[in-house]
Amino acid sequence: MTLVSIIFAGILTYFTRMTMVALISREMLGDKVKAVLEYVPSAVFPAIIFPGIFINDFGTFIEMNDPKIFGALVAVIVGYFSKNIIATILAGLVSYWFLIFVIFS
Amino acid sequence: MLSKKQLFTRGMLDISPHMLSVIPFGIICGAIGVELGFNPYLVYAMSFIIFGGASQIVFLQLLSGGASSLVAVTSVGIINSRHLLYGAVLSEYLEKLSFIKKLLISYVIVDQGFAESNKFFKKNKSEEYLHYHLIGTGCTMWVCWQIATLSGIILGSFVPEELGLKFAIPLTFIAIVVQDLKKIDHVIVMITCGLSSLLFFDAPFKSYIIISPLIALFVASLLLRLKK
Repeated sequence: MTLVSIIFAGILTYFTRMTMVALISREMLGDKVKAVLEYVPSAVFPAIIFPGIFINDFGTFIEMNDPKIFGALVAVIVGYFSKNIIATILAGLVSYWFLIFVIFS
Repeated sequence: MLSKKQLFTRGMLDISPHMLSVIPFGIICGAIGVELGFNPYLVYAMSFIIFGGASQIVFLQLLSGGASSLVAVTSVGIINSRHLLYGAVLSEYLEKLSFIKKLLISYVIVDQGFAESNKFFKKNKSEEYLHYHLIGTGCTMWVCWQIATLSGIILGSFVPEELGLKFAIPLTFIAIVVQDLKKIDHVIVMITCGLSSLLFFDAPFKSYIIISPLIALFVASLLLRLKK
């Protein structure tokens, strides 16, 4: 790993952040495009959520009885009703820990 | 009308719950770099220059696995290309800013900051200094990320691996999208994205992270057409 490759990766990353903000103006995006862009959070974040739950560190699918699935379900339920980020994360982690340290240990 | 300081503080407060997952992840990220045998200064330089959690880990893992720099740099670019979508959404709110301010604010656009600021923007469109909310979320994230990765580099992985704290990352994003499960169209878009990400997980350069959102947005455009 060299500083040069980090700088290239950094420039590329910066361009992904800057391009749309700096070079696009409201008139360039039609109403249709704007309506579709409303879905960006729902269209992007599951690509981080699903592999984080269903795929393990070795890049293979987990078993259907994996504690992470249970933890994620608890997080969804607690998050839906509490509308609280900390409660959602803690509920998911604690239920996951309960399974791996108490039930499956 | 809220002052710049109030908006900045509001941004800080809105993103701070996510630090519960970001800080352990940053520590892990810093520790992994040192464990894989890289120069600690270079591992830290990534947090400053790239400033993108998941992409930094992939960069380290690819290089330590013998991949060429070209492959590693390309992967970072592809993983982070999702920011293009965030930028397209945010551009509407940042339009009035000068070009220089746009260039500066872009550096601190991150997943959680985009998510929280976008939620705030939608509810407070009339605020004059809206962008201070984004600066608040972005700067909070930046400071925490620098401190967390530095601690991981210096202290090693003092977060016990058995705790599986990487799992906090999907949880933090569940907290972001969970309220949209009330809307059936959003549920369809989320499931499309999630299933596509699993289907394309082995696509080259980690491109599943941009392929699946594009498929999901295509489905969203079809749904919009059906709605009419």
